[in-house]
Amino acid sequence: MTAEATSKPKKLCIIALSGDLEKTWASLIIASTAAAMDIETSIFVTFWGLQSFVKDKKRITGENIMQKMLSFMQRPGMSHRKTSKMNFMGMGPWMMYQLADKYNASKPKELLAMCQELGVKIYPCQMTSDLFGIKREDLIDGLEETVGAATMLQLATDADSTMFI
Amino acid sequence: MDIKLKVDASGLSCPLPILRATQGIKTLQSGELMEVVATDPGSVKDFAAWASSTGNALVEQDSANGKFRFVLRRK
Repeated sequence: MTAEATSKPKKLCIIALSGDLEKTWASLIIASTAAAMDIETSIFVTFWGLQSFVKDKKRITGENIMQKMLSFMQRPGMSHRKTSKMNFMGMGPWMMYQLADKYNASKPKELLAMCQELGVKIYPCQMTSDLFGIKREDLIDGLEETVGAATMLQLATDADSTMFI
Repeated sequence: MDIKLKVDASGLSCPLPILRATQGIKTLQSGELMEVVATDPGSVKDFAAWASSTGNALVEQDSANGKFRFVLRRK
């Protein structure tokens, strides 16, 4: 056993703000690999990043017309992410998924399952949940409790590395 | 060498070889050996980093015909 492995575990905190396909994908690659390396990993999901963790089958979220319009224009769910560039009505993501299959790369949902298996803690943001009208039951199972900026800052300042994605 | 588990990660892209290795090594007892075969060229540095971070020992590694083989001992 090496000296570094006997010391206290390293910690990583990811702040997932973006809901873009490639950024969500990168967050999940980093988080699953970190957990595989015995790094205690937490992801704080906020703003568009929160949308990725809404159940796929949930089409419209929110209570008032503005919240419903937002979810209508920007479909929530991990399977409905758009690329930040060259989305072309879904052609971009479709091609990226085809390429992932061709090159045996894992896709976001597989990485998410891996994160959950390896104990990555995913914290939804309270304020953006309220802003978008996203209820707890709209979110996928297995997430931590909904928290605010202070908890996120505690996670970030306690971590050896913090990433804002 | 008594290899308890063989993991074939051939053809898989990053980070799948590491993730498969992690799933594999969790099924072993401390001191038991696992062999991983990967074709991802990045896995050479990645397995060294993984071993150093987790404390599982990389006891042997070699490569031939585009395949990279790692033998790891569970801590």
